[in-house]
Amino acid sequence: MAKDVAVIGVGQSNFVRGYEGSIRELAFEAFREAMQDAGITQKDVGASIFCSAPEYDKQRSPAGVLAEYLGLIPQPTFYIETVCSSSSSGVKVGYSMIKAGLHDVVVVLGFQKMSEITSSESQERMGRGADIQWEAPFGTMMPAYYALYAQAYMAKNGLTHEDMMNVRLKSATYGQVNERAVYRKGIKAADFDPNNKDAKMAGPVAWPIRVGDACANADGSSCIILANAEKAKAFAKKPVWIMGIGGASEAVNMAARPDFAKGLSVGYGAAAEAYKMAGITANDVKVAEVHDCFTIAELMAYEGLGFAKMGEGKELIRAKETYKEGKIPVNVDGGLLSKGHPIGATGGSQMRTIVLQLRDEAGPMQVPGNPDIGLVHNVGGVGLYGSVTIFGR
Amino acid sequence: MGFDKFGRKSFTAITKTAKFVDLLGEGKIEGTVCTKCGAKYFPPRSDCSACLSKEMEWFAMPTKGTLETFTTAYYAPFGFEADPPYTMGVVDFNDGLKLFARLSKAIPIADIAVGMNVSIQPLKYDDGQISFEIIKA
Repeated sequence: MAKDVAVIGVGQSNFVRGYEGSIRELAFEAFREAMQDAGITQKDVGASIFCSAPEYDKQRSPAGVLAEYLGLIPQPTFYIETVCSSSSSGVKVGYSMIKAGLHDVVVVLGFQKMSEITSSESQERMGRGADIQWEAPFGTMMPAYYALYAQAYMAKNGLTHEDMMNVRLKSATYGQVNERAVYRKGIKAADFDPNNKDAKMAGPVAWPIRVGDACANADGSSCIILANAEKAKAFAKKPVWIMGIGGASEAVNMAARPDFAKGLSVGYGAAAEAYKMAGITANDVKVAEVHDCFTIAELMAYEGLGFAKMGEGKELIRAKETYKEGKIPVNVDGGLLSKGHPIGATGGSQMRTIVLQLRDEAGPMQVPGNPDIGLVHNVGGVGLYGSVTIFGR
Repeated sequence: MGFDKFGRKSFTAITKTAKFVDLLGEGKIEGTVCTKCGAKYFPPRSDCSACLSKEMEWFAMPTKGTLETFTTAYYAPFGFEADPPYTMGVVDFNDGLKLFARLSKAIPIADIAVGMNVSIQPLKYDDGQISFEIIKA
């Protein structure tokens, strides 16, 4: 395993509804924790990268403003955006800068304050993260796009609503023990029962996606501090190394997508590239964080990552193999579904979880057996951007 | 007509493919084909990503396809609040072309199924907006 670039510090704010502060203050929460985790000061940082999806808060060009607030001027700083996978893209760029020898230490900070706009405005903005010329005029939104995949899976792959529900029940199991999660409540099957008038998860959003199949919007920030080998050895007690990075993109318009029953192509593409770079296969991964913006998305991720064969992702959740004690634990921090999905912060938060898992510091979420290889799968838009990052001790 | 007339609500005012809306007004749903390499596009493009040509012609979309997948929205984004429930889907014309649109409200939601035979037709809204929709074959 190449030990060139390591994560030496991780941080994350609480993921909440209605953060009582500005984006600067929100960014500070994750930054402070990551800096304390790394045990460094701003003088040690060579550059910073800020990541979010635009149009949630009013700040244009947030990098400079946030760099100043975090004490990271006069070092270079800039902004990276791939909607929901922005901070994974930021880490990829930070990795490259260190690999290229431009800087020794790079801070990657993802943030999103979604609560400044209403839920329907948020749907409209997310819809405009897809094809605004040819699709948004029909009234598209993220749940509807993912529902197209869910519908095809139900028709062709034997996926059931119960399978989708079981993904959510798993997420809720871990959301309850993750102090940083926005959704801390437990969920039971009765909550999805359409015959139960109190079933808060059963209502249709974009059929076949129900309320309980959708992730929780949240305000939040995440911070990943990367360093080259020399600095990692100097600063970090338990450096976690980046072993592989893969990325892919896909046509934005649904009319240009391949077979919907085959899932998101970017999942396959990004995974193949990351596995190749890391020199491992899916069987080597001991713990994973995948992009479960909707329950169907987690099931598609199982397949793209090679944890299950194409069309058979449902078998993993049926057998509970993605629980903490299973063959391949997935999203044991509650995932986007329960931990929450503050868009620009999500990838960094997923990485934080994996780093803590590999350091054996994940507390009640710790996967047994001292996992040595972990994976983060982060998707931007409706499978528009795919990112897979593999970490090792 | 300008492209701001396209769809329930347009987010694009100016495009070189605005003729698409004029064609819809004439009852035609057309894509574009590259006169250099023959690549066909729907939705239409004014530039060819296959051979980088800018010389494109309009062609009539097929009318017989199958519904590859669909979803019914019971909640709508900002600006579309009056519309739910509405169903959107993808038509596969089985010749390399697909199309995304809403399904006609004339089709009962319970009758909609993956694999059903469908066609497409232009659609005019009461407020003057113009679009196209998926109908039963």
